[in-house]
Amino acid sequence: MTALAPRVPTRFLPVLATVALFVLAFGVGSARYDGFASGQVIANLFIDNAFLIVLAAGMTFVILSGGIDLSVGSVVALSTMITASGLKAGWPVPLVIVVVLLTGSTLGLLMGLVIHKFDIQPFIVTLAGMFLARGLCFLISVESVSIKDKTFRAVATAAIELPGGVTITYNVVIALLVVAAAMYVLHRTRFGRSVYAVGGNESSALLMGLPTTRVKVGVYVISGLCSSLAGLLFSLYMLSGYGLHAVGMELDAIAAVVIGGTLLAGGVGYVLGGLAGVLVLGTIQTLISFQGTLSSWWTKIVIGVLLLVFIAVQRTMVRR
Amino acid sequence: MTESPPPVVEMRGISLAFPGVKALQDVDFRLFPGEVHALMGENGAGKSTLIKTLTGVHRPDAGETVLAGEAVAFSSPGEAQHAGISTVYQEVNLCANLTVAENILLGREPRRLGGIDFPAMRRRAAEVLARIGVHIDPASSLSEHPIAVQQLVAIARAIAVDCRVLVLDEPTSSLDAGEVAELFRIMRVLRDEGVAILFVSHFLDQVYEISDRMTVLRNGMLVGEHLTADVDRRSLISQMIGRDLGTLEAIEDAAEKRTAQGPVLVQAEGLGRRGAIEPFDLEIRAGQVVGLAGLLGSGRTELARLLFGADRADSGRLLVDGAPLRLRGPRSAIAAGIAFSSEDRKGEGLVADLSIRDNLVLAMQAARGWTRPLPRRTKDHLVEKYLKALDIRPANPDALVRTLSGGNQQKVLLARWLVTEPRLLILDEPTRGIDIGAKAQIQQLVTTLAAEGTAVLFISAELEEVVRIADRIVVLRDRRKIAELDGSATGVDEVVELIAGGAAPDKEVVS
Repeated sequence: MTALAPRVPTRFLPVLATVALFVLAFGVGSARYDGFASGQVIANLFIDNAFLIVLAAGMTFVILSGGIDLSVGSVVALSTMITASGLKAGWPVPLVIVVVLLTGSTLGLLMGLVIHKFDIQPFIVTLAGMFLARGLCFLISVESVSIKDKTFRAVATAAIELPGGVTITYNVVIALLVVAAAMYVLHRTRFGRSVYAVGGNESSALLMGLPTTRVKVGVYVISGLCSSLAGLLFSLYMLSGYGLHAVGMELDAIAAVVIGGTLLAGGVGYVLGGLAGVLVLGTIQTLISFQGTLSSWWTKIVIGVLLLVFIAVQRTMVRR
Repeated sequence: MTESPPPVVEMRGISLAFPGVKALQDVDFRLFPGEVHALMGENGAGKSTLIKTLTGVHRPDAGETVLAGEAVAFSSPGEAQHAGISTVYQEVNLCANLTVAENILLGREPRRLGGIDFPAMRRRAAEVLARIGVHIDPASSLSEHPIAVQQLVAIARAIAVDCRVLVLDEPTSSLDAGEVAELFRIMRVLRDEGVAILFVSHFLDQVYEISDRMTVLRNGMLVGEHLTADVDRRSLISQMIGRDLGTLEAIEDAAEKRTAQGPVLVQAEGLGRRGAIEPFDLEIRAGQVVGLAGLLGSGRTELARLLFGADRADSGRLLVDGAPLRLRGPRSAIAAGIAFSSEDRKGEGLVADLSIRDNLVLAMQAARGWTRPLPRRTKDHLVEKYLKALDIRPANPDALVRTLSGGNQQKVLLARWLVTEPRLLILDEPTRGIDIGAKAQIQQLVTTLAAEGTAVLFISAELEEVVRIADRIVVLRDRRKIAELDGSATGVDEVVELIAGGAAPDKEVVS
């Protein structure tokens, strides 16, 4: 570590720690269970968590700006509901996609505007958004609606073959594209750098003449857009729409982002950290399913412990 | 300085009111290209408000601003910057989580192919830094650099655009002498390039050294505009505070007359903490003002924190009233009657979003214990008493502390400690960043407290102040107590020599 220190800036350390944790967890699995160390297990990590990767990317924007978005899980559910019932009503797939994405972004825009105009804590506003979106699901239907559209099913079940016989779904491709786009926006555009500035010190950012309003509202639009896209991916994954889909998923997304080294206080963190966080969570889940005798609740316990440890480590790093 | 070029900025009849306060009334202000213009006034005189009106943070209720012949009305700092007015505020307003280069160019990064061109950005930042003679790595994180360097980065940001007007709002308050000289060098370079510089500082020496012209404000109104060469300090000060300097002399007399010394209240025997301050002996008597003199980083604050229990001593012992007292933390110090008014009045001590009344009541209530509520009458009476005693302005107990000027916040902080009736009051830089009028009042207050039997440990970077006010002066250097002097028999020069002279660090001067 000391030998690395001069070359690796300290700001990358949290992300590297998460990556190391992922490698460690994966190594433990490979050593203990036959068939764990295969390309397909890694591919499955991505397939089973594609929607969470997209959510985490959107959440990273919000958390970097110093906010929080609790509505994302409900927006995922609402998106599955709109998708399923839209397709059931015979809407063409492109129209469904546009409606879902517009709904998510509009909801994000509204929450962002309320947060900014009335100067209310994001926690409360997005909590309201969470209830609203969840309620809207049941307004559409209280039952689970299955998706029978042929195009949709074809995309959902299509397998892309990678070298080595490993297959992934389109979901994974979309999720990775989102991560790449998010990285580009955060690191290469003025908007992205302003997100970091606002999260670092909002009043400074304002006095430096940065468009803080656009940033503060914009991050919620991005998060809303990502949530509805994640909802589409979730529909592809579940092939149904249901108001009780994705309950508590916002917390998984926040956990992944924080485990990935992004400071809840804002200003510090990377999209890749969120991706690494999702992979860590996924690996723990896989480990527990390979183990076979442990209840799946153990996943939650491990995530809880990890979160505590990571937040404590972050805290000491910030103090230093 | 001739008046041949037209002013680059002309503000006419500016008025601005905040709820309950007329911050500016019909103020005129002119700024010429290629001059350093000092804006003078006490805390609360309206300097910051005038600056913020110029830079688009506030919008005036009346009046007009003309920039280079065109009437302008900025609605945001961004617009003002766009028009060539750059500002460096007292507190460094940058983002410590980003790199130096980003802080300089944020919002106007060079772009290529739709993305930010980082190599070009670092090159551009290095150019700007080189222009003001600062050589640091633009790719390094801002948080790695000391405040003084961050201040220079803020200036680099200000001049990275084609700026016609540079506003420096108390840029020197956290800099040492060498850094100030460096800043002035940069200011002269920019002035000679034709930039109009608006400079605010509480240090008169600095104002006289650097400024060409000055505008004096008092209570939100214009008192006058002069060429610096035309006004001497005495008349400047009387313009600023609207009264003469008799008060300051009275304080000195009081310090000299104060001979009655009470019993030893607090005594430190070999008290020390590794890495903070070497073991020292110290005796503070009731009714005595002990001054701590030394440079920044000489261990002044560290010594005070040991006495207050904010840091744990790892050697020696502390006696209060002759009995050893083991300080487990500030709470036990407060219980023993020790109060510590920190130099960081924003971070520690005051709740900015509460009113003056609430801030005072909080302290009283904490001192009484939460189970015994204070009657409303007592509260009102005490709050009024301290508002009056400390001349806190506005004298409205419901005004939010956040809206007060620095000097008045300091007074509220002092009042907060005074309501607990401490026996030893430790004041760490109580007068930093506040104006002469408020300074004199705080010094006056210290004198009064001592006369009433309170022991005071007075820490200040301004030696004159320490020498004027203290009965005994403890001199620190390099985290070590090097001398203790009799305050009334000592001059500033003697103390300076002790602090500067590195020849005999172990010399114990006790007169």
